Amino acid sequence: MTKMAGKQIIVEALKKEGVEVIFGYPGGAIIDIYDALAKDGSIKHVLVRHEQGAAHAADGYARATGRVGVCLVTSGPGATNAVTGIATANMDSIPIVVLTGQVPTALIGNDAFQEVDIVGITRPCTKHNYLVKNVKDLPRILKEAFYVAKSGRPGPVLVDIPKDVQNAVTDFNYPETITLRSYDPVKEPHIKQIEKACRQMEESKKPVLYVGGGVISSGAHEELRALAEEINCPVTTTLMGISGFPGTHPQNLGMLGMHGTYCANMAMANTDLIIAIGARFDDRVTGKIEAFAPHAKIIHVDVDPTSIQKNVRVDIPIVGDCKLTLAKMLKCLKDNGSKPEAWQAKHQAWWEQLRAWEKRHPLTYKKDPNIIKPQYVIERLYEMTKGRAIITTEVGQNQMWTAQFYKFDQPRTFLTSGGLGTMGYGLPAAIGAQMAFPDKLVIDMAGDGSIQMNIQELATAMQEKLPIKIVILNNQFLGMVRQWQELFYEKRYVATDFEFTPDFIKIAEAYGAKGIRATNPDDVDKVLKEGLEYPGLAIMEFVIAREEGVFPMIPAGKAHTEMLLV
Amino acid sequence: MRHTLSILLENSPGALSRVAGLFSGRGFNIESLCVASTLDSTLSHMTLVTIGDDAIIDQIIKQLNRLVDVYKVTDVSQDEFVEREMALIKVNAAESETRSEVLRICEIFRCKIVDVTAKTYTLEVTGPESKLKAVIDLLLPIGIKELVRTGTIAMQREQKNT
Ligand SMILES: Cc1ncc(C[n+]2csc(CCOP(=O)(O)OP(=O)(O)O)c2C)c(N)n1
Repeated sequence: MTKMAGKQIIVEALKKEGVEVIFGYPGGAIIDIYDALAKDGSIKHVLVRHEQGAAHAADGYARATGRVGVCLVTSGPGATNAVTGIATANMDSIPIVVLTGQVPTALIGNDAFQEVDIVGITRPCTKHNYLVKNVKDLPRILKEAFYVAKSGRPGPVLVDIPKDVQNAVTDFNYPETITLRSYDPVKEPHIKQIEKACRQMEESKKPVLYVGGGVISSGAHEELRALAEEINCPVTTTLMGISGFPGTHPQNLGMLGMHGTYCANMAMANTDLIIAIGARFDDRVTGKIEAFAPHAKIIHVDVDPTSIQKNVRVDIPIVGDCKLTLAKMLKCLKDNGSKPEAWQAKHQAWWEQLRAWEKRHPLTYKKDPNIIKPQYVIERLYEMTKGRAIITTEVGQNQMWTAQFYKFDQPRTFLTSGGLGTMGYGLPAAIGAQMAFPDKLVIDMAGDGSIQMNIQELATAMQEKLPIKIVILNNQFLGMVRQWQELFYEKRYVATDFEFTPDFIKIAEAYGAKGIRATNPDDVDKVLKEGLEYPGLAIMEFVIAREEGVFPMIPAGKAHTEMLLV
Repeated sequence: MRHTLSILLENSPGALSRVAGLFSGRGFNIESLCVASTLDSTLSHMTLVTIGDDAIIDQIIKQLNRLVDVYKVTDVSQDEFVEREMALIKVNAAESETRSEVLRICEIFRCKIVDVTAKTYTLEVTGPESKLKAVIDLLLPIGIKELVRTGTIAMQREQKNT
């Protein structure tokens, strides 16, 4: 057995976990690990410009690849700066491991320089976290951290490592496997429950598959598609479920919920069977809970038992991995003599109704020849980039318009902060995604507000020569909040009208990137083309109709049938 | 409904505050909480009394199980169980009439006198929560100077016919 210092153990453990790139920012309490990383030289480090960026970049990397993202920050302010990124990953169940430096063990609790109790601070926003007090525990804790982060319902794990532990020496022996008596997530669904669910599907006349991020994290998109096609069932996705079922598939009704399509929400209001897969019935989806899906039986598949029966009453709960469960459902149906013609006939009236809803209120917007409509920009971007791009978003209207008007066919191509709704997520997440896929087109869809929240990460992207494209839909408003003020606060635009906006073209240029602006609908194609073809980082700014809204909209706390349309 | 949960958790720093944080963060109730070591020094045992309808208790148990440090959760109040709590009660008892009244109550409830002064008695009372409540209710009008309770501990009864 080899003797190693904690800092070397960390590097070796990262290598054993297959980590190729980490995102971080140095400081006194983590300098030793940096030194060990450099001496080893085999792991790529991306130097961000703010620790929030490091956590989001690790998260973007994880979402784009399905692997664990890693970030490395110093104690105190370095660690607290990362908290928003950790909470973002936690809300969306994204596997990241965050390594924080800590003051030496002897100083913990003394209010030492740059000491914070980051384990205490992040307890409610991590899946699990550790303070390593003894170097002997370090290999096991690192192994556990990666295992806990990626297994079951994934999530962020933080490991806080005091400076003396980084330098203490011990025998290095990295565990190959791990079993934790107190943590053993269920993967295999209960076969009796699957049979019950299948019998419900066979009886239902108006089913709907309601799909969330669990389908993407478990890699179940193919199984989902197979099941949906077998039983000729309409599919609606949550914001997190987008890309889990092909956006161009004829059975896709689009997103549901607050800014979902009329058809998807009407389907939920009228269905007799909701088949929920890896979704959690959150308030942006259900609207007024008492009025949610009044006629429906509910089958709910989730790897996390706490998601089931939390917000709505479920008739057939199934705890298990989405991929395994969907495959077993399909098999169970086929064993029972599933016939495509029978499903077609059984759901024909339902599909006629659905198509009528689609026709009555398709996703649309009022076109205008004189001013750029954001939806138009996205439609054009989609036409030009179909299927080629990984798209990250910021938060607000830009995010919702992208979710509505861009069609995602491949899983892990739409990266957005759904649960926490973190402005400033998109750019660092794009950095993470582009590091994972250097040859792919990575685009951050941004608002003029959000992009300023982590705009410093332009420097990171330039340093790494990442050819990220940033689309800024500039309405000079905090648009989504303004929309609420317009609709529910008698147009009192308090603190949402940006009276000053920087020149984004000059910002691009100051960073050595390309900046181009369109102010006229006729320029949209030209600017998109020029920006997309530019070999390096490009900011494409579109000066859009200032008071354009996101529709349809179900006001918070209202029922699905109380939708505001365009 | 009042539920008594028996929780085995890893004896690791932070495990207790994870449980406490779960209750405060999600707005669940803690009526009482009692933690101590077990025969296996790597596990702690916690008895937690909480109040909620079936759906909430179901969520609480699932959320507890989701914590990486929680090994096992049992709702002991689902079945036959024994629960005990202890209280130390210091009662004002200066006049001879009150002194004998306190002693009478003490005898009826099989409390122990653990400290005596000319003006006070300190009682030790053990039993289910209902018994403690009865004693306290009787002593309150006499004058309780100080009251300390341990919180409930509980255990499932062994099946009789096996
Ligand atoms: C960090 C953070 N702070 C505040 C909010 C609240 N919020 C939600 S949307 C929004 C406006 C976003 O404005 P902008 O980025 O310009 O996008 P737009 O809605 O105009 O497309 C705000 C302030 C948030 N989601 N995140």
